[in-house]
Amino acid sequence: MSTEHNLPADLRALQVEIEGHAREFGLDFYDTVFEVLDYDELSEIAALGGFPTRYPHWRFGMEYEQLSKGYRYGLQKIYEMVINNDPCYAYLLRCNQRVDQKLVMAHVYGHNDFFKNNVWFSQTSRKMMDETANHGNRIRSAMERHGEETVESFIDSCLSLENLIDIYSPFIKRRGTPDRYDFSAAGEAEGVGRKFRSKDYMDSYVNPPEYLKEMARREEAEAQKARQFPEQPERDVMLFLLEHAPLNAWQRDVLDIVRQEAYYFAPQGQTKIMNEGWASFWHSTIMTTRTLEPSELVDYADHHSGTMATQPGRLNPYKLGIELFRDIEERWDRGQFGPEYDECENSEVKRRWDKKLGLGRKKIFEVRSIYNDVTFIDTFLTPEFCRRHGLFSFKHNDLSETYEIESREFKKIKERLLFGLTNFGQPIIRVKDGNHRNRGEMYLLHEHFGADLKLDHAQDTLRHLHRLWTRPVHLETIIDGRANLLSFDGSEHSVRPLGGISHEQPEPRPVRRG
Amino acid sequence: MVRKIERDANRFKQIVRGKIKADLRKYITHGEMIGKTGGEFVSIPLPQIQIPEFRYGPKGGGGVGQGPGDVGTPIGRSGDDPSQGEGAAGDSPGQHILEVELTMDELAEILGEGLALPRIQPKGRANIVEEKDKYTGIRQAGPESLRHFKRTYKKALKRQIASNTYNPADPLVIPVREDKLYRSWNPISLPHTNAVVLYLMDVSGSMTDDQKEIVRIEAFWIDTWLRSQYDGVTTRYIIHDAVAREVDQHTFYHTRESGGTRISSAYNLANKIIEADHPPADWNIYVLHFSDGDNWGEDNRQCIATLRDSILPKCNLFGYGQVESPYGSGEFYRELEEAFEDVPNLALSEIRNKDGIYDSIKEFLGRGR
Repeated sequence: MSTEHNLPADLRALQVEIEGHAREFGLDFYDTVFEVLDYDELSEIAALGGFPTRYPHWRFGMEYEQLSKGYRYGLQKIYEMVINNDPCYAYLLRCNQRVDQKLVMAHVYGHNDFFKNNVWFSQTSRKMMDETANHGNRIRSAMERHGEETVESFIDSCLSLENLIDIYSPFIKRRGTPDRYDFSAAGEAEGVGRKFRSKDYMDSYVNPPEYLKEMARREEAEAQKARQFPEQPERDVMLFLLEHAPLNAWQRDVLDIVRQEAYYFAPQGQTKIMNEGWASFWHSTIMTTRTLEPSELVDYADHHSGTMATQPGRLNPYKLGIELFRDIEERWDRGQFGPEYDECENSEVKRRWDKKLGLGRKKIFEVRSIYNDVTFIDTFLTPEFCRRHGLFSFKHNDLSETYEIESREFKKIKERLLFGLTNFGQPIIRVKDGNHRNRGEMYLLHEHFGADLKLDHAQDTLRHLHRLWTRPVHLETIIDGRANLLSFDGSEHSVRPLGGISHEQPEPRPVRRG
Repeated sequence: MVRKIERDANRFKQIVRGKIKADLRKYITHGEMIGKTGGEFVSIPLPQIQIPEFRYGPKGGGGVGQGPGDVGTPIGRSGDDPSQGEGAAGDSPGQHILEVELTMDELAEILGEGLALPRIQPKGRANIVEEKDKYTGIRQAGPESLRHFKRTYKKALKRQIASNTYNPADPLVIPVREDKLYRSWNPISLPHTNAVVLYLMDVSGSMTDDQKEIVRIEAFWIDTWLRSQYDGVTTRYIIHDAVAREVDQHTFYHTRESGGTRISSAYNLANKIIEADHPPADWNIYVLHFSDGDNWGEDNRQCIATLRDSILPKCNLFGYGQVESPYGSGEFYRELEEAFEDVPNLALSEIRNKDGIYDSIKEFLGRGR
């Protein structure tokens, strides 16, 4: 794939125009390189996550099959794709109408601005196009040396652990550089457990025995902690494996590649609603206020509403995002925020509230910079919004094995939304002990927030983990309200109840009909 | 130039076909997209492999949706996580597979390969080979009426060129006796085989749409396989609750009754149909029964008797598939297991869920009968 500008003159002119509008609205973006592709090529690149030179793996072939089949049978169609990179790469579909190209370009500038300015993307590589090519080469050469099958199947194992990263870690420096001088000996001299000198009869006052005991206990705990490995439960399981698993060089390299790509894609998962909402907000604004021609109106409305369509039981992130941004803009324009507004009890007054502050535009730019989906929803979702847009929460009914509407209450909806967005909807799992039972076994801990893990998947993931760790692996989790330890020792799985508490009574067995 | 993605796509296909990485086989889900071409619904087989990972199960899970409905309104089934997905179709229940992109033969081949199914040895008239003559050969001698004109003249031309008697200016070719070639026939043996598949299904209240979906998918694959093994396959459908009746395919998959269950009614009807229309001497008979295993207690003995005395002696295979229902599964499976030990043409299978279909097909067809 060439990376130079190969845009036909008409599209090039369109790009200049749209870019001008975007800039006037205050969007701030990387250079954008548009490429025009046939659907087949677009499917290929989309299957590769946007990177034409990515490493080989069957999973990309699977994606490709789906995309191309879905298109051939008229079920789905990708309109655009944008890559977070500097310069930003964006792909246009050759057969699109002119009005679609406009829409897509305007949408792309929204994403591009978001990539560049949203803080959650600030730690991602902006040279990912080159890096994935590099990853591709490294994996291809490993395949040449060690066999395609061996390497690919090791990738399978790494991908199985792909979600075990710490999405906050790029912002936190957890491991300080070790101190150059070790003061521990000096520290120990005045150590906490030391007695002060005193006369015998004063001793119990100068050195109260309870205090000494407490200090001794603390010291012991400190020492215990120092022996702990890892010291704190480690959420970046992939990093822990990179540092401590007995891998050979090419395996470490593969694991490192999979981990790096996981970190690169993580912010996109963390800001799906915002990112799509922001891009949609701008394509809609640019199209309707600047560049849409009367003859294009119907097609534009058709395609825009297609993107925004909601289905019962599904939440369209594009729709939720754009509506929230619009809502924020309006509320900040009219001053519908702050303690005075919040404390007002009269819904009619609230509805007509307008202080003509005109702060909306400024506010949404600020929002796009510093929020992610979790904080976005937490801060800006309002009961009025939920009502206006017909949101509901749903839950699984274990009896009928269906999902059903659970509630239309604001609190419940927000809770469910936040749960679904936390850690981009993935369970949080930490390495608690890398030397469990002093036998080098790995002990993972699942932080259970009310939803159980899918058991068969969990067990088979342990199998993959074992492949990297090579010693028995364990996962502490809750199944049906009881703490259990899932283990895999290299040949057998086991599930052992731990001395946990039961949160739920087992449901009575249904009466059988027949 | 081979496009890069083709390598990945081929690897994926190979995994699906079970040629490489057997360990991934259990993560293959046989989904389908329902699409439309030219006004007709088509089913696009869409195998997918899920790499196992720590993820939430349905229990305790939930999410947020948008749209009308009251508290308690169902919005989706377990398995199709409503919070995910791009809105691809696939949730139109009972949509029959009208057209697939692969040919049926290809599908059957994939199935056979994937499951390592033995090829069926047809019984009955299969052994009586019908012979038919087909003109496929050439001989040096024969009646003039079978002379192969073109070949004869070609050979004559060759001879004349070789002996330098051919004159392009005067292209006259005269065959002599040695040039003459005659058509000849070879006997072709055509095994005459017929197969009938009787599908029996429990449609009593305890069988939900989910169970029927499982039956539909499983029956589709069994049909596909049997059709690849026989020249002609007839399918017939019987539904039963407390009474049984023969129905067409559509009714078979769409009926829901609320009555009790009497499995023997279906077995008796199946036996009647076999006796009336499909004499075992001429037909390869497959009887496949699906139920959740809840039967009227006293009826079990009757079922076993009918099976032992009437059905099993006549059919190539009797398969019983017990589909797990939300109301639990009944005892019928155990009853059959106890009653019949080591009967070669009886196959029992318990099908937990959609993922169980694959193994169940193997249990049914893996004996090559």
